[in-house]
Amino acid sequence: MSELNTSTTEKYHNNFLREVEENVEEGEWVKMCMQCGVCSGSCPLGAHWAHPPQELFMMIRAGKREAVLSSDSMWMCTSCYNCVVRCPRKLPITGIMHGLASYANKLGMAPKIQPTRDFSLQFWKNCTRTGRVNELRLTLGLYFNDGLMAGIKKGWAMRNIGLGLLKAGRLNPFELFKGHSCKDQQGIQAMLKKAAEIEARRKHSTH
Amino acid sequence: MSEMKTAAYICQGCGISDRLNTKQMVQIAQKEGKMQIVREHAFLCNAEGVQMIRDDIEKEAVTHIMIAACSRRAKTEAFNFPTVSMARANIREGVLWSQPEIEAAVEVTQDMADDYVRMGCAEVKKMKLPEGTPNKAQNKRILVVGGGVSGLTAALESAEAGYEVLVVEKQGELGGWARQLWKRVPSKSPYTDPVDTGISELIAKVTQHSRIKVYLNSTIAQTDGAPGRFQVQIATESGATTTEEVGAIVQASGFTSYDINKLPELGGGKIQNVVDQAGLERMLVAAGGQGGALRRPSDGGEIKSVAFIQCAGQRDESGKHLPYCSGHCCNTSIKQAMYFKDANPGIDTVVMYTDLRTPGMGEDFYRSAQNKGVTFTKGKASEVVTSGNSCDIKFKDLILNEDSSIQADLVVLATGQIPNSGVNIELAEAAQGETKPISILNLTYRQGKDLPQLKHGLTDSHFICFPYETRRTGIYAAGPVRRPMDIAQAMEDATGAAMKAIQAVENASLGRAAHPRSGDLSFPIVRLEGCTQCKRCTVECPFGAIDEDEKRYPVFNESRCRRCGTCMGACPVRVISFENYSPDSVGSQIKAVDMPDEFSEKPRILVLACENDAYPAIDMAGMQRNVYSAFVRIIPVRCLGSVNTVWITDALNGGWDGVMMMGCKHGEDYQCHFVKGSELANYRMSKIDDTLKQLGLETERVASFEVAITDIARVPQLINDYVAKIQEIGMSPMKGFA
Repeated sequence: MSELNTSTTEKYHNNFLREVEENVEEGEWVKMCMQCGVCSGSCPLGAHWAHPPQELFMMIRAGKREAVLSSDSMWMCTSCYNCVVRCPRKLPITGIMHGLASYANKLGMAPKIQPTRDFSLQFWKNCTRTGRVNELRLTLGLYFNDGLMAGIKKGWAMRNIGLGLLKAGRLNPFELFKGHSCKDQQGIQAMLKKAAEIEARRKHSTH
Repeated sequence: MSEMKTAAYICQGCGISDRLNTKQMVQIAQKEGKMQIVREHAFLCNAEGVQMIRDDIEKEAVTHIMIAACSRRAKTEAFNFPTVSMARANIREGVLWSQPEIEAAVEVTQDMADDYVRMGCAEVKKMKLPEGTPNKAQNKRILVVGGGVSGLTAALESAEAGYEVLVVEKQGELGGWARQLWKRVPSKSPYTDPVDTGISELIAKVTQHSRIKVYLNSTIAQTDGAPGRFQVQIATESGATTTEEVGAIVQASGFTSYDINKLPELGGGKIQNVVDQAGLERMLVAAGGQGGALRRPSDGGEIKSVAFIQCAGQRDESGKHLPYCSGHCCNTSIKQAMYFKDANPGIDTVVMYTDLRTPGMGEDFYRSAQNKGVTFTKGKASEVVTSGNSCDIKFKDLILNEDSSIQADLVVLATGQIPNSGVNIELAEAAQGETKPISILNLTYRQGKDLPQLKHGLTDSHFICFPYETRRTGIYAAGPVRRPMDIAQAMEDATGAAMKAIQAVENASLGRAAHPRSGDLSFPIVRLEGCTQCKRCTVECPFGAIDEDEKRYPVFNESRCRRCGTCMGACPVRVISFENYSPDSVGSQIKAVDMPDEFSEKPRILVLACENDAYPAIDMAGMQRNVYSAFVRIIPVRCLGSVNTVWITDALNGGWDGVMMMGCKHGEDYQCHFVKGSELANYRMSKIDDTLKQLGLETERVASFEVAITDIARVPQLINDYVAKIQEIGMSPMKGFA
C-alpha cells in the first residue's frame, strides 16, 4: 500500500463514496446513479467486465474500497460513450470510469498486469517526452513488453508490414535513436505542468 | 300521451338503395310492421329529410317513429326527436357494410335488411316516451364524511361551487393525518425540499366558510334515502343525534397506518429505535422539527445514521401482510431523509428499496435527495436486531447479489395504508376478522351498511374506468379510502369526488340517471301485483337501489338506479320494465323476424350484444368492412345483466337456431359498465342448460362471449365460427310451431 493510499484510508474511514466524490474525476456524479442498469446493458464489452458501471457505483456506495480500486473493470472501458448517451440521469459514466482507473493507478492499487494500463502508461510517457508520439518506439516498446523472445516473435510476424511501410517511406528506422520532437518542447512541458496545477486546485476546492 | 301514431322512414342514402330493394322494405313496414306512415328518402339525415320527419311529428301527430338507416350510434344529432319514441334499424353498418357485395349474397343480405325493418317496427310499438321519475328529490346539500385533507378539500371545492356542505369528523379536531406531519412532499416547482403541509390554512378556510357546517367528535349513526334525499343521523360523542337531509355524500374516511407490531422481524414493536413513518413525524413535531436535534429513543444518544426500510409489510407475496403498494411511502421516506440531511449533512441516511416509486414529480424530489447525499440502496431487509445502542439491519443487496448488513441509530419502517372502508358487506358477520370493523355510513340499504369494496378492502368500483364512483349512486369515495395515495393525489381525488357529488344532486333533482347512462330519464317500473317476492331484484341490483318494504315487496329508489336493467333481467315473472326498454320491446323483436323453414339452409342466430362494448365493436367491424355471416340478427341490450331468460326461451321456441350473448369481461379486472351485470348474466346462463335439455336441444345453442370494444376483427370471427358450429349441429327442430 502506497503512502498516499494509507493516508486516504485513514481520512475517510468507511465513507468511500465521499472519497470518490472528492478525488475522482467526475466522482461527484456517483451518488446520482439510480441503479437502472441501462449503462451495463448498453456496454458493448459489458460481458467482459467483472463489475459493470451500475455495480461499481453500488459498490462505491457500499464502501467496497478495495474491491473497486483493485478491479480491472474500469480499465475495460473503450470510451464508446454508449452509456453516457443513454443514461437517464446524464451521468458522465465514461469519464467516471477513466477517473476511477486513474485514481486507482495513482494509489498503486490498479491491477499490475493489465494491458490497457500498460499501454496507457507507455503512451503517456512516450508522447509527453517530446510532445510527439514516436510510433516506432511505442510499437517496439509494446512488442517487447512481454520479454525479449516474445518481442522478436511479434516483430517477425509483422515483418512484411514493416517492410512495406519502409518501402513506402512511412517508417524511418532512425527514429529509433533520436526521433523528432515538436517545435516548442518547453511549451508542452509548461502546459502539462499547468494542467496538473489546475487539477490539484480543483480537487482542493472540493475539500 | 294520447293515441299512438306510427311512422317508418327508410333511407336510401349511403348506397343503401344501390344494393337493397328499399321498395320491398317499405312494403314490409306497411304490411307486416303495420306502420301508419311509411316514407322513403334519398338522404334522410340531411336537412330536408329531418324536416320531413319533423313535419310528420308536428302535422300528423306521429308519436312513434322507426328509422331504417344507419346504426343507432350514428347521426344522433340529426335524428334527435326528444318528443317521440324512436327505434333505429341498423341497415348501413349492420347490413350494407358487413355483407359482401357479391351476387351470391344479394338474397341473404336483403333478408337481413327486411328482418331489421320488421324488428324495428315491432320494437317501437312497445316503447313509451320516458317521462322521468315523479320522485324527484331536490336537496342539494353535500355531506362530507371525514375531516382530513381529502374531506376538507371536497368540502371546500363543493362550497366554492355554491353548494351547502356538512363535514362530519370523528375526532375533536380537523386535519386528519396531515395535522400530524412536520412537513409534506412538495407539490410545486422546484420539488427540491419538504414544504409546509398547509393544513392550518385549509382548516381555517373550511371553518370560516359560510356554506360549510362542521360536526366534530361525530359519526354517522344512520344513512337512509337516496340521492337528493338522504336522511343522515349524526351522532355526537355525548350520544345526542341530529338528523340532517343531504343530496349526496363524499366518503373521505381515510386510512389507518399498518400496525408496526406486525413486523417483529424488522424490530417493529420490539426495538425502541425502530419507528414507522408516522412515528418519526410525531418525534419531529415534538422536537420542533429539527432532524439534527432528534435523539435516539432508546438512550437519548446522538443520531448519526438513519435507515429507511421501504415496503415494510407491503407488496407482500406471502399473504401475511399488505399485498399492494401504498404509493406515497417512497416519497415520504425521501422527505424524511431530507429532514436529517437538511439539519445536518453529516448524518448518514440510507433508503433501502426494492423499486423506488416516486409518482407525480417525485423523480425531481428523488434527484434532489441524491444531490443532498441521501444514499439509496437497492436491497431487501430481512431482519433488524439491536447492536449496542444502534440497530443492525441484515439485508440482501439486490445489485451486488449478496447478503450484507448496515448499522443505523434509527430505523424507519415504511408501512402502508389500510383503507377505513367500514364493513365488508360481501362477507358474513363471522368472517369480518378478529377486530370487527365499525361501519362508516350505517346505510339502511337492503344490501348492507357500507359501500361495496373492490379488492384489498379498498372502497372503489373500478380503479381506472370509474374513479370516485362507488356502487352506491350519490355516494362517492375520495382519498386513501379508495386507493392508497399521498396528499397531492388526495386533493385531486377529493375535487373529482366533489364534482361527482354535484352531478349527482343535479341529476337527482331532474330525475335523470347518473353515470354511465347519464341523462337517461327512463327508470324501472314494477307491476307489484304480479310480484312473487322472490327478492332476486333486490339481491342482484349491483347498485343497491332496491330495498324491501315491510310486506317484503321491492321498493325502487329511482335516483339510486343506474338504469342497467339487471333487475329486469333477474325478474322471473317479468314485472319489471322501463318505458323504452322492456321484456316486451326485445321479445317482440325476437318474434318479429321471418323464420325460414327447416329445409331452407338459412339458420337464424340471435345476437344479444351489450350496447357499451360489443355493439360498438360490431358496428366498427361493419365500418371496416369486416364481413360476418348474414344469418345473425343483432339486438343491442343495455347490459347483459338485463337479458331475461324469457328472451332465450322465446327465441328457441320460435325456431331460432342459436343465441349468442356478447357482454363485457367479468370477474377479476372486469370491464362491465354496471360492475356485476355481465357476471350475473354469465351465472344465469350457466343454469340454462337444463332448460335446453327439457326442450330437447343441444346445449351449444346458447353461448356467451366476452367482447371488448376493441375486438373489431375478433367479433366477425366469433360470429362466423358460431354460425359454422350451428350449421354442423343442424337446424333447430323447433321451427314452425310458434
